[in-house]
Amino acid sequence: MANVLVFTELHDGHVKPVTLEILGKLAGQTADVAVIGDIGADQVAALAKVGAQNVHKLKGANLDKYSPEGYANALADFIKSKSYDYVFAGATSMGKDLLPRLATKFNAGLASDVVNFTMDGGTFAGTRPLFAGKCLAKVEINGPKPHFVSIRPNALGMTEGAAAGAGNASDVNANAGDIRAVIKDIIKAASTKVDLTEANIIVTGGRAMKNAENFAILNQMADVIGATVGASRAAVDSGFAPHAMQVGQTGKTVAPSLYIACGVSGAIQHLAGMRTSKVIVAINSDPDAPIFTKADYGIVGDLFQIVPIMTEEFNKLLGK
Amino acid sequence: MNIFVCVKQVPDTETKITPTGDGSFIETASIKWIMNPYDEFAVEQALLIKQSNPAANVTVVRVGSVKDTEALRTAMAMGADDAALVEAGDNLDSYSIAKALKGAIEKTGKKPDLILAGKQAIDDDALQVPQILAEMLNLPSVSVIVGFELAGNSVKVKREVEGGALEVYEVSTPCVLACNKGLNTPRYASLPGIMKAKKKPMAQYSLADVGVSDADRRVKYSGFKLPPEKPPGKKFDATDAAKQKEVVAQVVGLLRTEAKVI
Repeated sequence: MANVLVFTELHDGHVKPVTLEILGKLAGQTADVAVIGDIGADQVAALAKVGAQNVHKLKGANLDKYSPEGYANALADFIKSKSYDYVFAGATSMGKDLLPRLATKFNAGLASDVVNFTMDGGTFAGTRPLFAGKCLAKVEINGPKPHFVSIRPNALGMTEGAAAGAGNASDVNANAGDIRAVIKDIIKAASTKVDLTEANIIVTGGRAMKNAENFAILNQMADVIGATVGASRAAVDSGFAPHAMQVGQTGKTVAPSLYIACGVSGAIQHLAGMRTSKVIVAINSDPDAPIFTKADYGIVGDLFQIVPIMTEEFNKLLGK
Repeated sequence: MNIFVCVKQVPDTETKITPTGDGSFIETASIKWIMNPYDEFAVEQALLIKQSNPAANVTVVRVGSVKDTEALRTAMAMGADDAALVEAGDNLDSYSIAKALKGAIEKTGKKPDLILAGKQAIDDDALQVPQILAEMLNLPSVSVIVGFELAGNSVKVKREVEGGALEVYEVSTPCVLACNKGLNTPRYASLPGIMKAKKKPMAQYSLADVGVSDADRRVKYSGFKLPPEKPPGKKFDATDAAKQKEVVAQVVGLLRTEAKVI
């Protein structure tokens, strides 16, 4: 059995769902949670429900905003005061930025963007995609402890019936140390939807969308089913959508429950980025488009006709 | 001003990946190697700085196999001044690569004012090396940058986070910045640039020269395999306008009753 610390970031006072996925999967190990800042009793309860023994709230000056150095310094001090074998976190924007720096403070290894793992005998053995998911490999960590692991959101899924932990919450005095890269401002995104990497449903437009304005029909469908809208590289390179929306090898790798590809031909680098979606729907006028080889449900037809009908059908189904 | 740009050579995005028979890595013999796409934004940013500061020196550094030095020659053809190559396999882990980059930068004898890299390499997709390198050199870092303004020794950068929101950072040089698509538009190498690049100096080191050994490996990959193929799905013809409503209603129904995702 291993002693594990799970770092969770907060989003509007809530822990990220990936934290709960990780804790559930760690059943059988001793798992604590560290958070920087304060979280409410309801959040502590949610963590305890999936196995958190102790919830450590790190508090100190200059930790109100994220900074790679401040967070790494505060967490490193805390981790050194305990004896953890492993430190896990979600492979979110923050996790991807923070963990390499934190691990290096221990000269330790980090297995990043892991999609599945076991802890047999208290030893981590993971699986992760490489080459944007064109292949999978086993990953193990050597060298000084603790070992660090980041987990791709939506990959593990929630564990049903995980044993509850004690959920003892306590404050820890933390020191951000010297911060040289400081956030001065945050520019909010135009969209308030969840990020593609965390979305449960994604609607993606390809080159066949023809222009940026036409994405309106995808937005309408997305609003009905609570989806985030993405774009293929061809659509991004044609200027129809910003790079933040790009799905694929040079964009985001996604794993939603439902992926609806509209007018996406299915270039190898796009398929790599979305092939682990649980259910894939493809709408394309070309019956030979490669996207159909990955689709659970393929509709051969003109997306400009099909998408509005589909939106209407979703509306009916969901009683909106 | 000494600018270092870390580049990696990776299989072209169109490459079909085939694991080796023993699963220890992938077949590399017939791969077309390119400069990691995100590194192009790092090279371009360095060259933009050099344009307004002609005294700046741009060194590109790469750790990897020597059978093909395309990435470094491309960067020099675009306008980088010189290069350093650390000879290594293509399946090194992030910690070893970062340590080798640090060693190679130190070998040049030039004190870095700015270190640029792509935000991730599209082969192992680890997103680790720039941050590890920064920590090893005790420098600040900002990753996934899409905006860059240099004023004296202060840099204002925009970092892209979830949903396309931007964090605006102020950081002083020296620092490490990991570049994302959207930062700039990388230039193409000109023909004279390509000719000149052949004569530009390229230092070459072994891993031992830069202080890296097998003991530095932290992450080990094995069992490379292709992801499981999905069973073939259902395909519906909705090219006939009269049938579209029926077909779409059927698929939407299946998403609820069969796939249970809506």
